[in-house]
Amino acid sequence: MTKALRWAIPLAIFIVLVAFLWVGLGRDPRQVPSPLIDKPAPAFRLSKLQTPDETLASGDLRGTVWLLNVWASWCVSCRVEHPLLVQLAQQNVVPVYGLDYKDQPDDGRAWLAQHGNPYTASIVDRDGRVGIDYGVYGVPETFVIDKTGIIRYKQIGPLTEEVLQGRILPLVRELQR
Amino acid sequence: MIPEIGHFALILALLVAIAQSAVPLVGAAMGEPRLMAVARPAGQLQFLLVVVAFACLAASFVGNDFSVQNVAANSNSELPLRYRFAATWGSHEGSLLLWALMLSGWTCAVTLFSRHLPPVFLARVIAVMGLISVGFMLFVLLTSNPFERLVPPAAEGRDLNPLLQDPGMVIHPPMLYMGYVGFSVAFAFAIAALLGGRLDATWARWSRPWTTVAWAFLTIGIALGSGWAYYTLGWGGWWFWDPVENASFMPWLTGTALIHSLAVTEKRGAFKSWTVLLAIVAFSLSLLGTFLVRSGVLTSVHAFATDPARGVFILTFLAIVVGGSLALFAYRAGKVGLGGVFGVVSRESALLANNILLIVAMASVLLGTLYPLFLDALNLGKISVGPPYFDAVFYPLLAPAVFLMGIGPLARWSQASLPTLWTRLRWAFGVAVVAALLLPFTLGRWSPLIAAGLFLALWIATSSVVNLRDRLASSHQTGLLAKLAANSPSYYGMLLAHLGVAVFIIGVTLVKGYEVEQDVRLDVGQSVPVGGYEFRFLGVQPGPGPNYRAVIGTVEVRKDGRLIQTLHPEKRIYNASGQTMTIAAIAVGIGGDRYVSLGEPLAADNLGGAWAVRIYLKPFIDWIWGGAFLMAIGGLLAVSDRRYRIAMRRRDASLAAGSAAAAAD
Amino acid sequence: MKARVALALLLLAGAAAATEMNPPQQSSDASGMSALDLRLKRLEGDLRCLVCQNQTLADSNAELAADLRREVRELAVSGKSDEEIKAYLVARYGDFVLYDPPVEPLTWMLWFGPFALLVVGGTVWWIVLRRRERLASSAASPSGANSAEQARKLLDDGDG
Repeated sequence: MTKALRWAIPLAIFIVLVAFLWVGLGRDPRQVPSPLIDKPAPAFRLSKLQTPDETLASGDLRGTVWLLNVWASWCVSCRVEHPLLVQLAQQNVVPVYGLDYKDQPDDGRAWLAQHGNPYTASIVDRDGRVGIDYGVYGVPETFVIDKTGIIRYKQIGPLTEEVLQGRILPLVRELQR
Repeated sequence: MIPEIGHFALILALLVAIAQSAVPLVGAAMGEPRLMAVARPAGQLQFLLVVVAFACLAASFVGNDFSVQNVAANSNSELPLRYRFAATWGSHEGSLLLWALMLSGWTCAVTLFSRHLPPVFLARVIAVMGLISVGFMLFVLLTSNPFERLVPPAAEGRDLNPLLQDPGMVIHPPMLYMGYVGFSVAFAFAIAALLGGRLDATWARWSRPWTTVAWAFLTIGIALGSGWAYYTLGWGGWWFWDPVENASFMPWLTGTALIHSLAVTEKRGAFKSWTVLLAIVAFSLSLLGTFLVRSGVLTSVHAFATDPARGVFILTFLAIVVGGSLALFAYRAGKVGLGGVFGVVSRESALLANNILLIVAMASVLLGTLYPLFLDALNLGKISVGPPYFDAVFYPLLAPAVFLMGIGPLARWSQASLPTLWTRLRWAFGVAVVAALLLPFTLGRWSPLIAAGLFLALWIATSSVVNLRDRLASSHQTGLLAKLAANSPSYYGMLLAHLGVAVFIIGVTLVKGYEVEQDVRLDVGQSVPVGGYEFRFLGVQPGPGPNYRAVIGTVEVRKDGRLIQTLHPEKRIYNASGQTMTIAAIAVGIGGDRYVSLGEPLAADNLGGAWAVRIYLKPFIDWIWGGAFLMAIGGLLAVSDRRYRIAMRRRDASLAAGSAAAAAD
Repeated sequence: MKARVALALLLLAGAAAATEMNPPQQSSDASGMSALDLRLKRLEGDLRCLVCQNQTLADSNAELAADLRREVRELAVSGKSDEEIKAYLVARYGDFVLYDPPVEPLTWMLWFGPFALLVVGGTVWWIVLRRRERLASSAASPSGANSAEQARKLLDDGDG
């Protein structure tokens, strides 16, 4: 019996392979998950976009749950998600802070004036160093950070209604308890 | 009108392919000659129809018909004629049509050159190829139709990707597909043998030339792709272990194992089920490659724009074709019967070891390519597997196989003697070792890896010389020419192909061991010494092109003060897409290439000032592709052996009559 | 004997020709690029660009790649080792950024798989040979097998 089964080994290997490929079809190979989930959000101290004389440090935000949204005036996809952020800000559920990534402050201010400003404050990351610390590789990206300063979720790419309602807001509500 | 004709021809071709598969299969099962006889004309008709379809698409491209969606997306009226033609296969849809064309072409070839095959067997072969054609044409017609119209028509096309506007685009895909698709013939032969329940040396003799020709084309196709990447991508690399490169390399490794395994089955009747499995695996890897490139499952510079629906279709097709074949194999292979008998030291055992090493190497490449996907599918995170892995794993696996190349051809069939082999080969071995140890000193620096690579290459060469010398010495002919003529083309084909491997190894070893790269800022008039040469940058000039604007640099190359050549690297901006391309300037030489490409302009006034220039010295790099071409020519030479041709058909005809009678029950 | 001498001479001639065609390469550190540049080039060649995901960090023209190259250079200049630089990047971007996958339990199958396959292959080879040998010794008389073989050799058109 084992002798006959030997001939079926290639078929068995193939079936396993197809199973993996099938699952793989549902994945996006370009997405790079963040290794910072459940790790402390990297510290920063940057000047604010609207009031350049003031700075904002990551430590200032301890005690609240907050979102960090990485955006830029040159980023096309950011315009797609921006209305959602504006709407979210109006609901006053969770403060949204912006990281103006590799941008000229003037361009950033002008862009917010044109498209609306949902951010409690935006900070300017001129050379992208804070972005690198956060593992930013594409814009826009959004982080959910809890009261103790731990990153709990990262959204790669523009926010969508489903992600917001289905993943982010429930998580925020849970963290706020 | 023309696109509609093409579309219609493709639909007709699908219908013919369905008939081509179903009718002969039923006929073979029932032993009905009239049904089986449908196979050959159906195969030929299918080919004609696909040619019409392909010609219609090509005509739309050449004629700048921007009412066809595919043409508007991939071409442009400023595009030179040869690239408008090549753009026919520049997209996912078009390249699938090329696949279908190649497949029907190979089918037609089988119908024309297989008069000596028994009708039952031939009917099954053509039917199996028809089934694959059905799959591909359904795929094209249902998910990837190149003839779709764009309403309203575009005024101008979006242009072919500048990276593809190159002679490489005209020849690399057709050659590659000839190889990829050509393995379908070996596959069909294997399935037909399993269906018929008979597998013998004659089957291997029929299968061998088809397989070797496909393998030769695949060799050429891969070599062309590598050479094209080298001069087009601007940084002198020639192999990246990119998933799509691996997707073509795995069938090649399997195909190499297959042609050697077929040799054993033909001559000794051994390895029968193993050969059949290899034939199935080789073509399965071709199909897997098609899946990987088009499904979006892996990131690759070669990947076409992807669509999940297409991925699902190909995966289903793959599951049916390969799963079905392996199931048939599981069911029937045991009944095929055990082959010949041979000793531990024999040519058979050497070839078996060669096969196992090649397949382990192929499996390792597969493992490395798919491992990121495995981990991701299991939610274990995302990793990357790149050249450091493949280099570390592949070369140690192939080194013993290469070493065996020196021993196998000299070992006797069935039972060889190690002491005899050692006596015959010890001088070849010694010379190779000594030369390999000494040569690196004359070339620059010594390193164990360089010496090892050189040893393997020289070992192939010296053992081949010994092989030929012994052949001539034991020949019954008188006179050198007569002795040489007494050997068959397939013998010289083997020698040439093996020498090709040696040449290839020299190229790889010496390039990796001695290449030099310099990334420098050069002002106009400034020189930099690299290797034994001096490179002097003389600034850039604007230059127009047919569908681009270019900035052309001038770099003088001197050696010992004497001007050897002037190189003109370019930076092009293509009109339609705005894309920038770096065109390297390469001085090709047998001893090595001098390779210069422009980086970025560094001065504020942009073009007139200093530039970042990349200079490479690539010793013996053209031996890599030269070796590959020698391998392919060796393969084609072997196929020209007359035992595959008419004189032998008389004997095969009587064998065919015998096996037809036997298969009728 | 003559053939061997000819062979040796051929090789010496080849070596001489090779020297002529290809001038002795200076060792890489004398070719003009600084040791730091060479080290960075090697290191960046093993790192993956996250934007143009099919290129190494060394080759990519993406802005993020330029930024990361700047970071890597600063880390190297400040005395960090290659391992520390890689760890820095992995902490931010995960193992994806390494083209040379680390050897850890998750990748044992990747790194040891080929070797394991080789062992399996070798075992199969050995078993097949043993089985054929047993068959050979229990086959028909040696002379019968030999004459059948000779007859077959005469029919076939020689080896190749």
